Amino acid sequence: MTLLLVLPIVIPLLTAAVTLLAHGSPRTQRTVPVAGALGLLVAGVLLLWTVERQGILVLQLGNWPAPFGITLVADLFSALMVAVTGLIGAAVAVYSLVAIDETRERFGYHPLLHALLASVCGAFLTGDLFNLYVWFEVMLMASFVLLALGGGRPQIEGAMKYVTLNLVASAFFLAAVGILYGAAGSLNMADLAVKLENGSAPGVTTVVAMLFLVAFGIKAGVFPLFFWLPASYHTPPVVISALFAGLLTKVGVYALIRVFTLLFVHDVGYTHTLILVIAGLTMITGVLGAVSQNDFRRILSFHIVSQIGYMVMGLGLFTRLALAGSVFYIVHHIIVKTNLFLVSGVVDRLRGTLQLSSLGGLYESRPLLAGLFLVPALSLAGLPPFSGFFAKLALIHAGFEAEQYLIVGVALAVGLLTLVSMMKIWAEAFWKPLPPDAPETPVQGGLSLMVGPIAVLATFTVLIGLGAGPLFEISMRAADQLMDREGYIRAVLGDGS
Amino acid sequence: MELLLAVVVGGLYAGGIYLMLRRSIVKIIFGLALLGHAANLLIFTSAGLTRGRAPLIPVSGSVAGGTLADPLPQAVILTAIVISFGVVAFALVLFRRGWQAAETDDPDVLRITET
Repeated sequence: MTLLLVLPIVIPLLTAAVTLLAHGSPRTQRTVPVAGALGLLVAGVLLLWTVERQGILVLQLGNWPAPFGITLVADLFSALMVAVTGLIGAAVAVYSLVAIDETRERFGYHPLLHALLASVCGAFLTGDLFNLYVWFEVMLMASFVLLALGGGRPQIEGAMKYVTLNLVASAFFLAAVGILYGAAGSLNMADLAVKLENGSAPGVTTVVAMLFLVAFGIKAGVFPLFFWLPASYHTPPVVISALFAGLLTKVGVYALIRVFTLLFVHDVGYTHTLILVIAGLTMITGVLGAVSQNDFRRILSFHIVSQIGYMVMGLGLFTRLALAGSVFYIVHHIIVKTNLFLVSGVVDRLRGTLQLSSLGGLYESRPLLAGLFLVPALSLAGLPPFSGFFAKLALIHAGFEAEQYLIVGVALAVGLLTLVSMMKIWAEAFWKPLPPDAPETPVQGGLSLMVGPIAVLATFTVLIGLGAGPLFEISMRAADQLMDREGYIRAVLGDGS
Repeated sequence: MELLLAVVVGGLYAGGIYLMLRRSIVKIIFGLALLGHAANLLIFTSAGLTRGRAPLIPVSGSVAGGTLADPLPQAVILTAIVISFGVVAFALVLFRRGWQAAETDDPDVLRITET
């Protein structure tokens, strides 16, 4: 059964290798990635199912016992993330069949996509801090190339900002790992959790915690470290934006939640209050940035930032319900955000622009697409009966329980502003008549392969909304596992420790 | 020795950050490289320095005795060096393309994605 832990990493890596070898055969280059992504989805769902039934799964690579070798760990949170990654990977792989031009395909778009998926799954599954760093670097490298691939000046400029700031984050991460190793003498997360608890220098631990907060904060895009995100996410082809928007920042959030529930819980009053303040500011700045934008994708990019605030808010509150809310929110958000970007890709294909002023009349000519936009858009704003409503409900409920009324007020106000900017896109792109000076409509074709994944993801959003119970129950149990550090430590190190 | 290395690490960080704050994309790359070196030396120093005691098991015995240098931070640094080499090489190529596309070395001019 522990083989399941390797599959989500091996399947995409193999897919990447095969597509790379099939360099000269466009047909193989198109079928293998879709099959590989579907395989990843199946592996993710199987992993989730197994972890749900058997508890935390642990694999000691090469049979080296825990603190010495590299450990792969899947608790419910990791398994949920891997399953959602599979879903997004499959949607994006199908969508790419028509959305990616031949030049980018020739320069290795498909292998890069799968290298990215492998590294994201690796980051979710590893139980070793330095191994996490390596997966982060693999992810960065794949994302660098995807972002810059075949681009003109805007894409290169966006990539330069993205590369620079993410490399700074990596330097912080590496320094934090080094100091932590010097202080505690281990890199295995479970072992570190034990050693930090018995450690005698809480001051050093807090400093290291802040270094991790900065490093993961840059990758997650929290206030005030998010500036690379709206400067770069709208420059590459839409499907690449969609993949990044769904997965990359969420890996940062995952890492934050992991280290601040497992390692740095010695001074919750300081660290987690700071995280809560950051969460509030992230929500506000993100949503205000979005309201002031006039480009479809730039609005969505700023909304990534504001939504990250909600996920981090659950971590800041640090109660069982709040963490469950965060987990639920991440799952909901990955699906919804990717879907919104994918919709913007269809709009781009239909009209050749994403400037809201040049768009219009899409409700009249494409009512189905308009409906498929409304589902994730309303879900993002948190309207019932979609998934976002229940995610926000859990977080706000947790906020009331923890008596943090200010952050609850902020979360509600930001939800309202999110609705405003979603309605702005709706009114400008879909509702108003097409302006007479709009550019010529470019060639259309292959739209069904683009709309298909959108419809599937929208169905998931509706299903999560209508049947929120089961997913929320899993989220609650994932939160239980996150709060129960002893359980994690015992699973990794064995009963002897 | 620790003190000397601590000063060197501090100097590398200061130099790296100073270079990154200059208005030149070439200096940003040099700054990034310096930050990477600083982080590597930081790991090396903070993990503890042991001089002249390689972690080798002697031919005669089965266990290495006494105080030994910790091999793990060196393995970590080796990995980090390889990664930062690749990343800096990529950044160089990317920034060269950026220079060709924008024909400027001034990052303040690179604003067309932010309006």
